[in-house]
Amino acid sequence: MGFLTYLINGLSLGSVYAIIALGYTMVYGIAKMLNFAHGDVIMVGAYLVFMCMSNTGSPAIVSIVISIVCCTALGMIIEKIAYKPLRRATNLAVLITAIGVSYFLQNMALLIFGSNPVSFTSVIKWQGIALAGGQLKITGNAIITIITCLIIMFALMWFVKNTKPGQAMRAVSEDKDAAVLMGINVNATISLTFAIGSGLAAIAGALLCSSYPSLTPYTGSMPGIKAFTAAVFGGIGSIPGALIGGLLLGIIEILAKAYISSQLADAIVFAVLIIVLLVKPTGILGKQIKEKV
Amino acid sequence: MLKVEDLVVNYGMIQALKGISFEVNEGEVIALIGANGAGKTTTLQTISGMLKPVSGKVMLHDVDITKIPGHKIVSMGMAHVPEGRRVFAGLTVLENLKMGAYTRSNKSEIMDAFERVYESFPRLKERENQLAGTLSGGEQQMLAMGRALMSQPKIVLMDEPSMGLSPIYVDEIFKIIQEISDAGTTVLLVEQNAKKALAIADRAYVLETGNIVLSGDAKNLMNDDSIKKAYLGE
Repeated sequence: MGFLTYLINGLSLGSVYAIIALGYTMVYGIAKMLNFAHGDVIMVGAYLVFMCMSNTGSPAIVSIVISIVCCTALGMIIEKIAYKPLRRATNLAVLITAIGVSYFLQNMALLIFGSNPVSFTSVIKWQGIALAGGQLKITGNAIITIITCLIIMFALMWFVKNTKPGQAMRAVSEDKDAAVLMGINVNATISLTFAIGSGLAAIAGALLCSSYPSLTPYTGSMPGIKAFTAAVFGGIGSIPGALIGGLLLGIIEILAKAYISSQLADAIVFAVLIIVLLVKPTGILGKQIKEKV
Repeated sequence: MLKVEDLVVNYGMIQALKGISFEVNEGEVIALIGANGAGKTTTLQTISGMLKPVSGKVMLHDVDITKIPGHKIVSMGMAHVPEGRRVFAGLTVLENLKMGAYTRSNKSEIMDAFERVYESFPRLKERENQLAGTLSGGEQQMLAMGRALMSQPKIVLMDEPSMGLSPIYVDEIFKIIQEISDAGTTVLLVEQNAKKALAIADRAYVLETGNIVLSGDAKNLMNDDSIKKAYLGE
């Protein structure tokens, strides 16, 4: 029964990684940049939920909606102020800017909330279910997190395939200039991508802190890096890749913690990543990117 | 229909266009010929809003479109088949064509456009579900042209449609350009294959390092000695 419990915990943690990884992977696919500030948007989202719930006593669902709206706006503002002026700059300049934005968000949070951890109240009140005569307990957090992740994933895949803005995203990710010639507003499409990614980060923040309730201004950075790893693992630019990468990463991390060593867990996760990338450099579902001639 | 006035465009540090003016009338096929680096592609990119000029004007149906962002120009009745085809390699042929109709929302009009494109390019219908990146060069060129026609433009800009194609495809592409023109669409054609371009054009302009050095009736230009020497290899 122990193994099953670990597996479910791994799936739950992996689901959070997958939701965060979506933000990385979509922005990378469409704007061809790594938005390293993405992890810190999770932290902002979690603080917003925390404040709504504890300061104003709003119900969890209302707090999450407020947080999603604010993070969506935050994502679009970050893109507009920090990244858009660099549209024609080198990748390195954009990368350094993203790291700058990441520190900016962390330091703003330090200034406002201080460095002491706050104790996050779970947004999920449901205690979960007990199976096999009480031997296998699955927490409500785990169940809701996994289901939320799957819903988001399928909704996004449907959106990209079947809607006009989704079509525009695919075109922009393939070829920006050609997309303009089709009549697609590339700037609006990139902005929408940041909006979606950041809105999802707010959800990920609430779910992450519901399972791991200690919230500090640095809460977003490690899951951010791991989710980025998950995105690369699954094949960056691919939506199903983010799901597979996220889930695998979560499972490997929890199993390594349980059976090998909790200190070594992160090292093991990254070792697996390195091995996968050695065997398949584009990630599990990654596309071979052909150089244009 | 399309009027270019005193267009000056910088490309990085170089002045790529040094104040060119020309006109395309409704129903015409106009060829823009010239050597590599003469500014042909720059001209088309500026007309379709991908590059912004330093000075000068682009007028489409008497509307100044110089400052209009590129993505808004398609719905004004202009399509651009870019140099190097630029099909969406990871999307299927069908999805590529759908992208061409991105600015259209009327379903029956889109169906009409599909029918017309498939009639001109039966090969695309056969390969409907194939990824565009797996098509041959000639097929990709057809797809790029079909994709542009999906917006049912009044005028099409074509940038080097015959580049890198086998002679059989070159003939076929020029035949299709003729058909597009016969169907009532105005064509502005940039080509290095001056012979073929002049053969189907009504009028032509010769571009040399950012200036128009010669213009006139395509048939006359074909017999012009300097043209023969410089571009027709005779």
